Amino acid sequence: MENALPPLAAYAARFGDDSLILGQRLGEWCGHAPALEVDLSLSNVALDLIGQATHFLGLAGAIEGAGRDADKLAFHRDVMDFANCLLVEQPNGDFAQTIARQFLFSHYQALLFEQMAQVKDERFAAIAAKALKEVNYHATLASDWVVRLGDGTDESKARMVAGLDWMWRFADELFVMDDVDVAAIAAGAGVDKAALRAAWDARVDAVLAEATLARPAARRPIVGGRVGRHSEHLGHVLSEMQFLQRAYPGASW
Amino acid sequence: MTQEIKRILESVPDPEIPAVSVVDLGIVRDVSAERVLITPTYTGCPATLAIEQMIRAALDAHGFGDVTIETTLSPPWSTDWISDAGREKLRAYGIAPPPKGAGASALKNAEAAECPHCGSMQTEEVSRFGSTPCKALWRCKACAEPFDRFKCH
Repeated sequence: MENALPPLAAYAARFGDDSLILGQRLGEWCGHAPALEVDLSLSNVALDLIGQATHFLGLAGAIEGAGRDADKLAFHRDVMDFANCLLVEQPNGDFAQTIARQFLFSHYQALLFEQMAQVKDERFAAIAAKALKEVNYHATLASDWVVRLGDGTDESKARMVAGLDWMWRFADELFVMDDVDVAAIAAGAGVDKAALRAAWDARVDAVLAEATLARPAARRPIVGGRVGRHSEHLGHVLSEMQFLQRAYPGASW
Repeated sequence: MTQEIKRILESVPDPEIPAVSVVDLGIVRDVSAERVLITPTYTGCPATLAIEQMIRAALDAHGFGDVTIETTLSPPWSTDWISDAGREKLRAYGIAPPPKGAGASALKNAEAAECPHCGSMQTEEVSRFGSTPCKALWRCKACAEPFDRFKCH
C-alpha cells in the first residue's frame, strides 16, 4: 500500500472507514425503506455515521500531516487502503439483514466509544464522547427492531434469524487486536477491543433473549478488513461513492 | 464589544428551526472580542456548516470581520444547554422541548413528552427519528395531534 498512513493515523482511519462505509450502506436505503419512519431512521443514523467519519478521517489526515483531509481520504483511496471491518461492507439484504448488521455494530461501537472517551489523547476522546450519545441511540433503535422482528410473525422471525446468521461470522473481527491497536494504546489513544467482548456478548444475548431468538451458531470467523483484505462488496460501494471525485477530480460546488 | 457580539448572535436563527437562535440552542459556547466558540449539535447534522456560514455573515455585516469562529467537540453538546427562553420558543413553535436536565437523566427519551398543543402527558412515540437528527415524531392521545419532540440528548 503506497498510501499507507503512519500507525496512529491508521488507527483513526479505521474508525473513520467503519463509520463511512456503514453510513454509505445505510444511505442506500434512502427512498427505499419499508416505511417513511424507517427511511428517516436509517438516513439519520447514516448522517451520524458520516459525521463520525468526517471527524476520524480528518484526524487521520491531520496526524499524517501530508495535506490529506477527510474528503481526500474518503474519495481518493482505493479498496486495499480502506481498513474498515468486513461487517460494515456487507450488503443491505432485506431490512432484517440491515438491522442485524446495525445491531451487532452499534453495540460494539457503544462499548468502544465508552472506553475511548476516557483515553489520554483528547482528540480521540472528544470524538468518542460526542459520538457515544448518538451511538447509544442507534443501539436502542436496532435492538427495538431485533425484538420486534424476532418476536413478530413467522415471516419476520425467519428473516431476522437469516439476517443474524449472515452477519454473525463478521462479529469476531470487531474485537481482534493487532500491532496498530497496541501502538495506539501505548500512545494513549487506543482501546483494548478484546476486553469489550464479554460486555458485548452480554448486551447482545439480553436482546436476543427478549426477541425469543437463539444465538446464531458459531462459525469460522472471517477477518482481514483491517489490513485491506476486503470482500468483493467494498469495491462496488466505492465505485458508487467515489464516482464523482474519480471522474472529476477536485470537483466542488 | 463582547456584549454586542452576543446580541448579534442572538439574532442568528437555527437554519432548521428558525424559531430559536443559535444562542438559545446552546451552540454558541463562548464569546470574546477575538473569537466565537461554537459546537455542533449532532456529528452528522447537515446544518452545522450552514450555521457557521450564517454566524460568519452576521458578524461580517456588523463590522466584526476580524472575529474568528472556532469549533469544539468537547464537552459534547447536550439539550441541557438549551436556554429556558429557547424551550419556551420551541413549545410555542409546536415542538415539545426536552425537559431541563433530561440530557443527563438515565430515563431520557423513555419519559412521555408533554404535548406542545394541549399540554397532555398522554402521548406516544411514532418514530424514533423525525425531520431532523435532533427530533423524534410523537403523537398526542388526548388531542390526537402529531408533533415533533426535541430528543433529550
